[in-house]
Amino acid sequence: MADHKKEIDNVTGVETTGHEWDGLKELNNPLPKWWLYIFYATIAWSVVYWILMPSWPLINSYTTGLLGYSQRSVATQEYDEALEARAQTGQELMNASLEEIQNTPQLLEFAMANGGAAFADNCAPCHGTGATGFVGYPNLQDDNWIWGGTLDDIAMTISYGVRSEHDETRVGEMLAFGRDELLDKEQVKTVSNYVASLAGLDTNPSYDMAAGKELYAENCASCHADNGTGLQELGAPNLTSPSWVYDRSVEGIVAQVNNPRHGVMPAWIDRLGETTVKSLAVYVHSLGGGQ
Amino acid sequence: MKTDVTPTANTDDESWFASAAKVYPASVKGRFRNIKWAILAVTLGIYYFLPFVRWDRGPNLPDQAVLIDFERKRAYFFFLDIWPQEVFYITGLLVMASVALFLMNAIAGRVWCGYLCPQTVWTDLFLRVESWIEGERRQRIALDRAPWTGSKLAKKSLKHFIWLMIAWWTGGAWVLYFADAPTLVVDLATGQAPLAAYIWIGILTFTTYSLAGHMREQVCTYMCPWPRIQAALTDEYALNVTYRADRGEPRGHLKENRKRVEAGLPAGDCIDCYQCLHVCPTGVDIRNGIQLDCIQCGLCIDACDTVMTKIGKPTGLIAYDTDDNVDRREQGKPPIYRFVRPRTIIYATIIAGISALMLYSLMNREYSGLSVVHDRNPLFVVQSDRSIRNGYSLRVMNRVPEEQTLLLSISGMPEGSEFEVVGTPTNANGEVAVVVGPDRTRALRALVFSPEGVKMPSTSELVFILKNPKTGEVSTIHDFFRAPAQ
Repeated sequence: MADHKKEIDNVTGVETTGHEWDGLKELNNPLPKWWLYIFYATIAWSVVYWILMPSWPLINSYTTGLLGYSQRSVATQEYDEALEARAQTGQELMNASLEEIQNTPQLLEFAMANGGAAFADNCAPCHGTGATGFVGYPNLQDDNWIWGGTLDDIAMTISYGVRSEHDETRVGEMLAFGRDELLDKEQVKTVSNYVASLAGLDTNPSYDMAAGKELYAENCASCHADNGTGLQELGAPNLTSPSWVYDRSVEGIVAQVNNPRHGVMPAWIDRLGETTVKSLAVYVHSLGGGQ
Repeated sequence: MKTDVTPTANTDDESWFASAAKVYPASVKGRFRNIKWAILAVTLGIYYFLPFVRWDRGPNLPDQAVLIDFERKRAYFFFLDIWPQEVFYITGLLVMASVALFLMNAIAGRVWCGYLCPQTVWTDLFLRVESWIEGERRQRIALDRAPWTGSKLAKKSLKHFIWLMIAWWTGGAWVLYFADAPTLVVDLATGQAPLAAYIWIGILTFTTYSLAGHMREQVCTYMCPWPRIQAALTDEYALNVTYRADRGEPRGHLKENRKRVEAGLPAGDCIDCYQCLHVCPTGVDIRNGIQLDCIQCGLCIDACDTVMTKIGKPTGLIAYDTDDNVDRREQGKPPIYRFVRPRTIIYATIIAGISALMLYSLMNREYSGLSVVHDRNPLFVVQSDRSIRNGYSLRVMNRVPEEQTLLLSISGMPEGSEFEVVGTPTNANGEVAVVVGPDRTRALRALVFSPEGVKMPSTSELVFILKNPKTGEVSTIHDFFRAPAQ
């Protein structure tokens, strides 16, 4: 195209490229050359990058690059570093008593964080994310404890569980007064009516309260205590508390006296280890109900 | 649409791109040159030496006047220390900086570009080095055209060596703002400094050397967005470096113009000596009017004033003026100068407003602080004795570099209520003494118990109070105590 002639735009005095769209002509304001060279430099850099860094996808893998960098390996390394950093405080936690943990700000903070995370992972499915429990799964927020609410009691329960397969497990069993015919149907209803009065529930005046009290003293008081406050050594719940594991109604009491239900909590010590169990005990205790 | 497009120009690929013509600014003496030297000395002096200025803050604290300490998450500026949660001050400063830029522009055009911009300042310094080694404008042009000789090689090598030294020092000064300067200097010299320091010095050495040494006016013309924004923000009253065409035109060489005067023809004061063009660091001809490439440094004013003085004409043929005034004078009207006008008032008000706001928040900031989050699940717990318990997650902040004992308490609860912090005893006054380490926060779990036998409304307000017994500073947080609906 040797026969081209330069066309100059009248308004700007700038040469046009000759490209025209609907009467508009493109002006040729040339870019500085260094701009072009920077573009070439970026192309050259991309080649360097391909060589050093993971870049090209292959059928089953990818080119890993000379530096061997991968986000996965960085994440793994950071995870290991975090574990190492935690190990030291974890060791201090192991050596400290539960009371010491609660009274040492640094250990308490660590235990609360560690325990909170462990609770969400392991305990929340039954006891709820807020530790408020469900029917059959005790509320850990209130101050009513079946097996005791001191730090040591809580740690013991978490470690070995309740009616679990662990040798050290806590075991408590209520007799099936109705099913095993230790009491007849009328007696069950009478004693249940009395228990309802202990719990502060509405009672049925057609049942004899004195007879109920007598039946209670004979059959129940040995575990649940004379006034119904229970006995934590045996895992006998406090019947006067507003918070019950099972149905808190006369019908619920009748059902329980007839054929008691026994919930099971697994032993955690072998799964979680002592550090985490200690953290969990401190966490659960600090929810507010701890004694 | 036309489809048979054929390029009429640029069949040669190269001509889509243009080599930048090298600018050889001549040196000049005068008022604006002196102002530029003074600003250069002050700004670079601050930049290079500020990290070495000491400022005693007492024990446990760095004694560097200006220090951005990433490790301890603090920034120190003399008597001020900025905490990481106060990064919004940077937003405030940036807003102020941009409005200050607009204000400068409304008053006198590209003051920033011509005098204050780091690109301008460092380019000035690099040009000074160049003219010191390679000589004046004509000598430099001649040297670049001359074949390579030992002397040319020596001059060029020396120039690039000094440029690199300045660039290296620039990068070196930068990293000193992020660590204790005297220690870091020793560490850098002995190879003990962190790798990041060397990398940053390398990056800034490269950018300074290439931008101030090689790119120069190309940065302003092609890279910087401000010339475009500035052109959109300017108005008819903003002073700009202006060639007073009313006085200068018709231009002509000195003798030619004298002849024209003798012949009774009109003749301007501009003698077409090109001094304004030769001193221009961006290589523009100011007589073409305001243009994007012009950084308005005022050096052409100095050059023109020198010439005008020599030929016995009044100075100010090129001066800070407006195009409007040029037109007005041509029409025989007096020029108008208006510094106080809506936009300058608005810009100044915004600047004053933001500074006042920042100053207020700085002077009223708390040195200890408290945040409270009420338990969401459960909102409340009914105790065996039917009293209600609420749980709260507290975070107590100590922003001073010494251990503090702060007193935490509550108010707004009925008589007989209890306040408990897990792991810390409550004293007889119902206060909990919380020890927080220097520059630390401490997470606490707090429990509030309503008194036995008192019916609580489903929601009642309570206040957490954090008191510093030493300074008397008190922070309060309002929260709620929840109870079962009645």
